[in-house]
Amino acid sequence: MQKVTTITGTSAFLPIANIDTDMIIPKQYLKTIKRSGLGQHLFAEMRYDAQGNPKPDFILNQKPQASILLAGENFGCGSSREHAPWSLYDFGIRAVIAPDFADIFYNNSIKNGLLPIRLPMDAVQALSEQSQPITIDLAAQKVICGNMSFEFTIEPNHKNTLLNGMDAIAHVLQYKDDIRTFEQNYLNAHPWLVMKDGKNG
Amino acid sequence: MPKTLYDKIWDRHVIRRFEDGTCLIYIDRHLVHEVTSPQAFEGLALTHRPLWRPESIMATADHNVPTTPYTGTIKDEESRLQIETLEENCTTHNLLYYPPQTREQGIVHIIGPEQGFTLPGITLVCGDSHTSTHGAFGALAFGIGTSDIEQVFATQTLTMAQSKNMRVWVDGALPQGITAKDVILHIIAQIGIAGGTGHVIEYAGPVIAALSMEERMAICNMSIEAGARAGMVAPDETTFAYLKDKPMAPKGSVWAAARADWQQLHSDEGAKFDREIRINATDIAPHVTWGTNPEMGGAVTGHVPDPAQVGDAVQRASMERAIAYMGLTPGMRLCDIPIDQVFIGSCTNGRLDDLRAAAKVLKGRTIAKNIKRAIVVPGSGIVKEAAEKEGIDRIFRDAGFEWREPGCSMCLAMNPDRLEPGERCASTSNRNFEGRQGREGRTHLMSPAMAAAAAIAGHIADVRDFARGT
Repeated sequence: MQKVTTITGTSAFLPIANIDTDMIIPKQYLKTIKRSGLGQHLFAEMRYDAQGNPKPDFILNQKPQASILLAGENFGCGSSREHAPWSLYDFGIRAVIAPDFADIFYNNSIKNGLLPIRLPMDAVQALSEQSQPITIDLAAQKVICGNMSFEFTIEPNHKNTLLNGMDAIAHVLQYKDDIRTFEQNYLNAHPWLVMKDGKNG
Repeated sequence: MPKTLYDKIWDRHVIRRFEDGTCLIYIDRHLVHEVTSPQAFEGLALTHRPLWRPESIMATADHNVPTTPYTGTIKDEESRLQIETLEENCTTHNLLYYPPQTREQGIVHIIGPEQGFTLPGITLVCGDSHTSTHGAFGALAFGIGTSDIEQVFATQTLTMAQSKNMRVWVDGALPQGITAKDVILHIIAQIGIAGGTGHVIEYAGPVIAALSMEERMAICNMSIEAGARAGMVAPDETTFAYLKDKPMAPKGSVWAAARADWQQLHSDEGAKFDREIRINATDIAPHVTWGTNPEMGGAVTGHVPDPAQVGDAVQRASMERAIAYMGLTPGMRLCDIPIDQVFIGSCTNGRLDDLRAAAKVLKGRTIAKNIKRAIVVPGSGIVKEAAEKEGIDRIFRDAGFEWREPGCSMCLAMNPDRLEPGERCASTSNRNFEGRQGREGRTHLMSPAMAAAAAIAGHIADVRDFARGT
């Protein structure tokens, strides 16, 4: 994963609460066996008409260069599909700023270097009214736009993952011996959980 | 210190606590399907990492499979490739895999419990948000994304922070005609679709204790629709009776040891919950959604709400958008909403009890003329076989339903089963999001009995008006 330190770019505002993962990436695009190339399908049913023509009133058709998405509360609710952050990232979105996020989407975003930032709705609204670019400083936990500046909170582990562009699996495999020891003790204590070739006991 | 059920299971699985407050958690079991796994298998191959514990995995194809009679091949090329990719990955890694058209195949969240793969006290994950279903057994079960699937493949662990505890206590006894689906839709309408965010929900109280395992699964299944990644019910005699003699459940003396351990899995007297909700069963009516997320619904006797009555601007806008998308008028009676299609199935309501409940309403009746299509999709080959043995398939067919092969089907419409633009569906599934059942399709969530009543009436109807012998 690429390191995330600062992000500067123009924003697009989707003033809708509860933007769900079916809106972000409709299921017909989940049939791929790849992670790449999903940006063209981002928000497909809101972005294109039934014939596949771009809808001129949809914000990302007006601002295709936007790299920061502003949205309403509970962004990313619904399914666990990681295709949601993949499609946002592939489109060019690097951060989503919203009052709050659904848990699985939030976690999936961090794993893909897409920065989810929680700011109150009035701050999101204020940012949406600015035409200047927005800068996000992850180390300082600040969103800056013109003379406005908002602090945001982020869990230390998520911040580190993004700042260091960490490979989560490589990190965990450092504790390989701990996992092995735990597993042996745990299965000894719970012998009914021992499985061989997918069958119990 | 008294502990909650969730805290007990969490503590059992902590391998290591990190300074930043997160923990490395051991994952017991992993369900895998064709849609969210290919990129995780690819990641393993690219990094030359082996699977940590292949025997912890059960795999099947469910999301993409056609539900029409099998013709030997899947026509949709992308769906076929995804299923073939899963089959190759399962062969490469020597995994337990149930292919389409086998008796054990079905929706992941139906076949795990059927096989006794799901057990109390375990951590169970799957790349699907409705993994919360398995919490009905007193397991900690939740959906994960593809990056986490890869981490579980390679390490048998997840790195995560402990969630908060919420308890939803349901008092009283369920009135006639009220089902588990009505209970969970009512709960979601009360706490909202983000009400459980950051929490694990434990469902408890006399109503929950009296429910069957199938009903508890329907409730836990929709925890994610309230924002909670996991929902759970403490295991009890109902749980043990369900599990005993399931193919993968422990046997003999090991069963006795397991059972003794599982009896410890309950929230202690005085355990602290961050949030407690009390629901009275007498307040629950047959429930139906009118909007585009699961909290937008109410009693079938009610009306489509009027956004003009809503003070909060964001809520008003979202209600206006939903009502416009659904093609409804504020103030209209929910019972006056006509229906085009009926779908009975899904990981929420595709079990034998669900089919029985719908068949009971349908017996000797036929679907209304305006219903363009009514399908029933059993959740697994085992459910289908059991239903056919009871003659339930006959009741559905005689009523005008199509009796299909197992799969996720119209719950998410990845296979050919879907709505045409503007069509309206009475659906026993779990999500009524815009486009969920097909572009511009309109979904009304309800119980299997209510979907059967809607099929007969041709519009949303109160199942209590279809009760027998009254």
